[in-house]
Amino acid sequence: MTSLQDIRAVVSDPKFTYRQRILALAQLAENLLDPPAVRIQCSDALTIRIICDMYEGNSPYRPRYLLPDYKKVLVNGSSFLEIPPAKDLDDALAFLLIIYSSTPSITGYPVYFGDLDSLLLPYIEGVTDEELYSKLKRFWICLDRMFPDAFAHTNLSPVYNRVSKIILKLERELLQVVPNISLKVDPVLTSDEYILDAVKTVFECGKPHFINDVMMKSDLGENYAAVSCYNSLKIGGGAHTLVRINLKAAVEAGCGGVESFFESTLPYYLDLTAELMESRILYLVEESHFFESNWLVTEGLLDLNKFSAMFGIFGLAEAVDILMQQEGVEGTYGHSIVADDLGYRMTSFIAEWVAKRTMPYCDGNDGFAFLHSQSGIDLDIGVTAGTRIPIGTEPPLIAHLKTVARHHHLFQSGISDVLSFDETAVANPQAVVDVIRGAFKSGMRDFTFNLDSNDFIRITGYLVRKSDLAKMPAARHGSTFLGAGSVADSHVDQRNVKRVTSAESSPSPSS
Amino acid sequence: MPKARQAQVASIIPFSWVDGPGNRFVLFFQGCNFNCLACHNPHTIPLHTRRANEMSVQEVLIEIRSAMPYVSGITVSGGEATVQHEFVLELFKEIKKRSEFEHLTTMIDSNGNAPQEIWELLDPYTDGVMLDLKALVDASHIELTGSSNTVVLESIKYLDSINKLYEVRLLMVPGHNDSDEELITTSLWLKKVNPNMKIKINAFKTHGVRASAREWPEVNESDLVRYHSIID
Repeated sequence: MTSLQDIRAVVSDPKFTYRQRILALAQLAENLLDPPAVRIQCSDALTIRIICDMYEGNSPYRPRYLLPDYKKVLVNGSSFLEIPPAKDLDDALAFLLIIYSSTPSITGYPVYFGDLDSLLLPYIEGVTDEELYSKLKRFWICLDRMFPDAFAHTNLSPVYNRVSKIILKLERELLQVVPNISLKVDPVLTSDEYILDAVKTVFECGKPHFINDVMMKSDLGENYAAVSCYNSLKIGGGAHTLVRINLKAAVEAGCGGVESFFESTLPYYLDLTAELMESRILYLVEESHFFESNWLVTEGLLDLNKFSAMFGIFGLAEAVDILMQQEGVEGTYGHSIVADDLGYRMTSFIAEWVAKRTMPYCDGNDGFAFLHSQSGIDLDIGVTAGTRIPIGTEPPLIAHLKTVARHHHLFQSGISDVLSFDETAVANPQAVVDVIRGAFKSGMRDFTFNLDSNDFIRITGYLVRKSDLAKMPAARHGSTFLGAGSVADSHVDQRNVKRVTSAESSPSPSS
Repeated sequence: MPKARQAQVASIIPFSWVDGPGNRFVLFFQGCNFNCLACHNPHTIPLHTRRANEMSVQEVLIEIRSAMPYVSGITVSGGEATVQHEFVLELFKEIKKRSEFEHLTTMIDSNGNAPQEIWELLDPYTDGVMLDLKALVDASHIELTGSSNTVVLESIKYLDSINKLYEVRLLMVPGHNDSDEELITTSLWLKKVNPNMKIKINAFKTHGVRASAREWPEVNESDLVRYHSIID
């Protein structure tokens, strides 16, 4: 519950910008209300954080993630915003900024900017490359300065085009935190040339992520996008809420042993996770009146029938390792077939369970929640994100990929593993293209890599600049504060770097 | 049944980013017909050692399959791959005839010390050769490798003539083969063979070398700048 002291602390905190203070005050106000009612077992599990509502706030009054169908408003205009249909590129760019400023989400900023290349392609006929470059550059700077939050995300479509080419060039030049970017990769439509361009962009600024377009489309339909960090959802819809279960804490709360975990402990906490989720969805849809009143809904950019909710898990690695110890079996997650199989048994069990538990107002997934491998928050200490291998213990690349890839098909609304590569990759970007294509062939859904040596560090799925961390305590991007917590507590800057080299050749500059 | 041909294998690396184009599976054979003082892996020089593993073609294929979706090809290296050319031939034939491997390219990383007949045998199943030239001046070559470079130079010319020379790597050892004069001669010779020859500099490092070369100076940044100004 909020205290006056909390409010005073925010009002007078010199490290917050004006806008950051408003957002913090809004959350404190929201938390003056009682949370949606749940059984005592559920609120107890929440208090000790075996289940977690991601600190979304006590009174959900907007969906966590929403993905407006921006194309509709560019084509039809908006009576709420009093803008006509866009006639040309200048209209489209200006109107999008206007629309974003009226698009809510859990962060207070939009988490989705649209698939910007496909949104803008209809407006670039007759625009020269030079004009396109300078207009997009101005727009790109606006995105970072007006929506300073690393969870604000755009997608690029699978086919290389004039707009995506310039966007990648701008990314390499501007080195901005915003927007976060995902590139939709199709095995046929996406050329090596395009992926190479994107890989070289990652070398400079840690972006984009790569996502498996075929797998996403088969799970979510043609119109989907990745938003925030690795959250894949339907365009025109979104996720009401994200509630997650801490598998490590669940194992620790059980009475010990693999079989009792699967028979009683795990189903018990999955049920409480679902209960918390359900109560939040009901409040949002039935009490807050968002879906009756918000302009995005009334003008058809959002449709309640395309919404679902995200059922998150994290701490798989620790859960597996503790169960292995309890059973007296050697081996840890990422380093033992027995441990990896146990991990897969756990995620498969949860996936089946979630696919049977109906959830209200989740028609976007036929009345069920989407399973999600949650990539962590700054408060997670000693618990590894989602289904990842603990930071610092990652095995060599091929073993790493094989351990994690098998889980990916289960998590329709996103899963992530961050691979850290060294400078060897820079001399041979085609090798990274090969690994990305191989990862998708092997059933991976999301693929992210970082270059060890650039200024950007990927925290959970969002980016902060090392140079901004050095400037703390004040930072223009609110997400930088979250990142600082993660660097201090979870050592995300200490990922095992993959140096994929041979025993024989010495590193040498290629001529 | 006759026993399947066995190779002496020093090691296998499922992913390598420094042994040819893209992400590659690399098989390092045991045994080399040069005896280079600058060798980083001198334990791979003798053909028979308890450290090596015997492997059949089928066993190597199993290893390749486990890396398959992620790699664009296989590179055989060493030791010296052409010393065990019968095995290379059998392995590459298998790769080229099976549809499951159809996207894989086959490359050889070689010291070049193999006669034309061996290259002719391997040619139909080999996509490219990365070849080391330790020194163009034969006296330097003998000093560095223990052997003459006559066969190596013939290999460069032959492989280039059949379009199978992917790149030539020059191992630069300060004070031994890196004078301006020697480098200019080498560059001219290579560009005479093919004006578009892809030349790569490998910089000598003492890591892993035997005692006699451990005191040699390593290549430094200014050496590299000088090498590239001559070669490029």
